[in-house]
Amino acid sequence: MDKLREKAAALLADGTVTMVLGYEEGTNKPRPVFCHTAEQASKLVYSSQCINNLAVYLTKKDIMGAGKVAVIATIPTLRSILQLSVENQLNEDNLIVITVTDKDEVKQFANFAEIEAYIADFQLKLEGKEQEIINKLEGMSREERFKFWMEEMSHCFKCYACRAACPLCYCTKCIVEENRPQWINPWASPLANMEWQINRAMHMAGRCTGCGACGDACPVGIPIHLLTRKMIEDLAPEFGFTPGQPSKNGNALSTWKADDKENFIR
Amino acid sequence: METKYISKNGLNEWFSQIVKSGKRVYAPVEERGKVEFKKVQALSEVAEEYIQTTQSIKSAVFPRAEVLFSYEKENGNVKVEDFNPDTVKETVLWKVHPCDAAGFKPLTAIFNWDYTDKLYNAHLEKTTLVTFSCAKADKSCFCTSVNGGPGNTSGSDVLLTMLPDGGAIVEILTPKGEALVQLAASAFENDKGEDKSKYLADVPLAFDLEEVRARLATAFDSPVWKEQSERCLGCGACAFVCPTCACFDIQEDAHGSKGKRIRCWDSCGFSLFTLHTSGHNPRAVQSQRWRQRILHKFSYMPDRLSVFGCTGCGRCSRACPVDMNILEHITSISKK
Repeated sequence: MDKLREKAAALLADGTVTMVLGYEEGTNKPRPVFCHTAEQASKLVYSSQCINNLAVYLTKKDIMGAGKVAVIATIPTLRSILQLSVENQLNEDNLIVITVTDKDEVKQFANFAEIEAYIADFQLKLEGKEQEIINKLEGMSREERFKFWMEEMSHCFKCYACRAACPLCYCTKCIVEENRPQWINPWASPLANMEWQINRAMHMAGRCTGCGACGDACPVGIPIHLLTRKMIEDLAPEFGFTPGQPSKNGNALSTWKADDKENFIR
Repeated sequence: METKYISKNGLNEWFSQIVKSGKRVYAPVEERGKVEFKKVQALSEVAEEYIQTTQSIKSAVFPRAEVLFSYEKENGNVKVEDFNPDTVKETVLWKVHPCDAAGFKPLTAIFNWDYTDKLYNAHLEKTTLVTFSCAKADKSCFCTSVNGGPGNTSGSDVLLTMLPDGGAIVEILTPKGEALVQLAASAFENDKGEDKSKYLADVPLAFDLEEVRARLATAFDSPVWKEQSERCLGCGACAFVCPTCACFDIQEDAHGSKGKRIRCWDSCGFSLFTLHTSGHNPRAVQSQRWRQRILHKFSYMPDRLSVFGCTGCGRCSRACPVDMNILEHITSISKK
């Protein structure tokens, strides 16, 4: 921890960066913190309890400012950074990415290519409990699955914490706020909530890196991250990408090729 | 106001008489790892071990989405079917906490401020609150700092304070409460003179509310808003779980020549909340939205409605994905 604080303080003290995004102690677990001065770097903490995906802040212009910033990135954050980079949302020259290795060493990446090489060693895994729900859902008939999600969706009140916590939901105007035409019914009701989640999952197809921030953020406990997580499992073999890593073939929703397989049409 | 005692068996009897009377009863129920208010039939369904429901009970009087009116055009005539208050059912809210009950005062003030809201008042009129004093609290609770307390009676029709014998001290506070008690009058016994304060949670005073209000009066341009809100993601979780947040949007469910106009929850934390048609947004950045949230609750509402817009329930802090802890933020403002 000391090495991390020293590193952040040094970057701020010599003016290399204007801000370091990291974690500080929170009410029950660490939370995001923005260090603007070397003194503030003494608040930084790092542990397996750091679950917020800080990549979500990297596309917020009013928070990031115009200067160079450093971000202390967990493995899920690194995955999101790579995806944001292939979507041309990050300026490599304005971002220093730091992580803390398994051996507690502070590592600063020279560039995004180095991040890609680093995370190749970390396989995207489903937690036992999540795999259990996915297995359960796979064992259901289409009607049963619809019933399961409709029940879950009945709890949704459309606070959009799932969207707000997702590093890849960076649109300044979301499809749910489009009203000419109104693509999705904006009020909270089971079907209107389902419409929103189906859209969210579709927009994440081939882009989601499986960090689970959407599910963690949901205040009413809907396991919505499983929708996008399952999408990764289904798409990765079809589109030839490694789960959690950017696809080299463009993302599934927006890329079309004449020889695309059509075996999904049944 | 009258105080009585009810035994454990008496409580069961009273509850079943309430259900039998045909009133809808909503109570905290544990499901899917969360405790939320739900329609119940039996006392055994009601959750026991929990600090707070994730969501407040405000949806009983201010639903997530509610039809204001529906319309249909036929042969050049428009038929409008307005909201009918007679369709609202008699409802009992069981095991509400004092901080939720206290939320009805600011809600009622908002919905009767410059306009008497027909829908809200129709729900309120048919709602009876059976509040339970809090025996437990957690570090997000701060009711005592916002004019409340774990045994506070504000907003309630009946307040129960549970006793070790499974019975309860019953404070009958309003005619509505009295009418509910009359459904099983024989289940109630004379007050045993127990002091309820012995059975209440300890919620320490965290800040001086008037001090906060005084400091906020000159804090509009303070750097504190940017400092506090940097990590805020701009979702509506805090507003939607809040017992006093009452902002809404009006939406149209139109299908050709007929449709419905729907009122649905909105939040000042959303970036589009204040976006003008021109493209100008007077609250362009999250720090301005966070300032609005705090000033509205702790400055504008007491100024205009003589009631604070926070009951110290701590739900926003618990629901926030990035730990925007309101107690911590208000305490820090009170000390600036």
